[in-house]
Amino acid sequence: MKPRHKKLAFIAAGVAGIAVIVALVMNAFRSNLVFFFTPSQVIAKEAPVGRAFRIGGLVEKGSLKRENDGLTVHFVVTDTKHDMNVTYKGILPDLFKEGKGVVAQGRLDSNGQFVADEVLAKHDENYMPPEVASELKAAKASKTNL
Amino acid sequence: MSKINLYKFASPATFYGLAGQMIPGFAVLSAILFAIGLYISFFVAPTDAQQGEAYRIIFIHVPAAWMSMFIYVVMAVYAGVGLAFNTRLSAMMAQALAPTGALFAFIALFTGSFWGKPMWGTWWVWDARLTSQLILFFLYIGFISLQSAIDDPRRSDRAGALIALVGVINVPIIYFSVKWWNTLHQGASISLTKAPSMAHTMLAGMLIMAVACWTYTIAVALFRVRLIILERERHATWVSELLEDAK
Amino acid sequence: MNWGSFSAFLHMGGYAFYVWSSFGLSFLFLALELLLLSSRRRTLLKRLGQIQRLNASRGSK
Repeated sequence: MKPRHKKLAFIAAGVAGIAVIVALVMNAFRSNLVFFFTPSQVIAKEAPVGRAFRIGGLVEKGSLKRENDGLTVHFVVTDTKHDMNVTYKGILPDLFKEGKGVVAQGRLDSNGQFVADEVLAKHDENYMPPEVASELKAAKASKTNL
Repeated sequence: MSKINLYKFASPATFYGLAGQMIPGFAVLSAILFAIGLYISFFVAPTDAQQGEAYRIIFIHVPAAWMSMFIYVVMAVYAGVGLAFNTRLSAMMAQALAPTGALFAFIALFTGSFWGKPMWGTWWVWDARLTSQLILFFLYIGFISLQSAIDDPRRSDRAGALIALVGVINVPIIYFSVKWWNTLHQGASISLTKAPSMAHTMLAGMLIMAVACWTYTIAVALFRVRLIILERERHATWVSELLEDAK
Repeated sequence: MNWGSFSAFLHMGGYAFYVWSSFGLSFLFLALELLLLSSRRRTLLKRLGQIQRLNASRGSK
């Protein structure tokens, strides 16, 4: 009977150990893996103060401006309720487009401007050929014109 | 009487022969499906409006990611059955599936990287989807190394089953991570609850590639389980008879 | 057919490196798995054959 008890204890310890690891991972997910904050969350002061964080949203149409050095860009990130001005110096990813999703990492400066040191494009789950995309766009445009 | 038949079917000796008969069919099917799937991926599926040609990576990335999750669940079921009913064969099946599952998890990770770099602008981010997929890969590695670290097959099966069963909660976490948290990774294009947000030929290519990965996995897992059976039963009389016949 | 020419196909709209690396490495790894499996089978059968012969020679004595 004794070796059997020993084995059971061994298994119980293993389960407990794995459970602790899982709990830690879950906790990490909940607290640290809020990958980005929306402008509304930033304005509601949910974003961390004094350290770098990420904001995410859509690049407002017509807001992208390039400075003469060709590297520095300004754009507005919006979640349709609130906006946030972003400044970034560097190369933008291929999918970065006005009206599309973006995630920028950086910090707020004293003027409430978000100074990004990394800009990532966030794409959506839609895949379609260009012809269909332009048709969809045209259909949408004619709807809004009515 | 029926009990005897069931035991006979689940006996490694019978399954060894059965698996051997099934392998060629699945292997040929897999080769054909990969050929058709790749043809559709590159020559039939149109360019994507947003992502250009880079989106073609989904044809390997998405099936590999699906397989890595699915194989894990199947592996955990086999391991759990082995643990509960002490059936040798199911534990061996779990062991046979693990390396292929790990491989698909790895493929999903690095093809995702090759997609993320040009599209998102980064090779890697610690968002919930990517992190949980990485944990899945580590779970496979943990399962494999734990099993090979323990010499006694009964104890190694039991230890492996434990990892497999506990780790299974990671699978729904991966799947729903894009819904539960803000992630850089986009949401699912294909789900049971809504129409796929994807052109038909693209969808067809991806599904055929997924079935190709399926048949590949079945063929490889059956091949590997035969080796495991031989290794573990090498002292049994049926193995020496088999080797005698092969001469 | 999507591609005007073979070079356009290879070029992949400028994403050649990413697309071909993904597919190339994926299938390389799958092929490697098959190779490893077949070599594992070969060594196993060899070893089992040796044990068999050993037992047979012991049995004949």
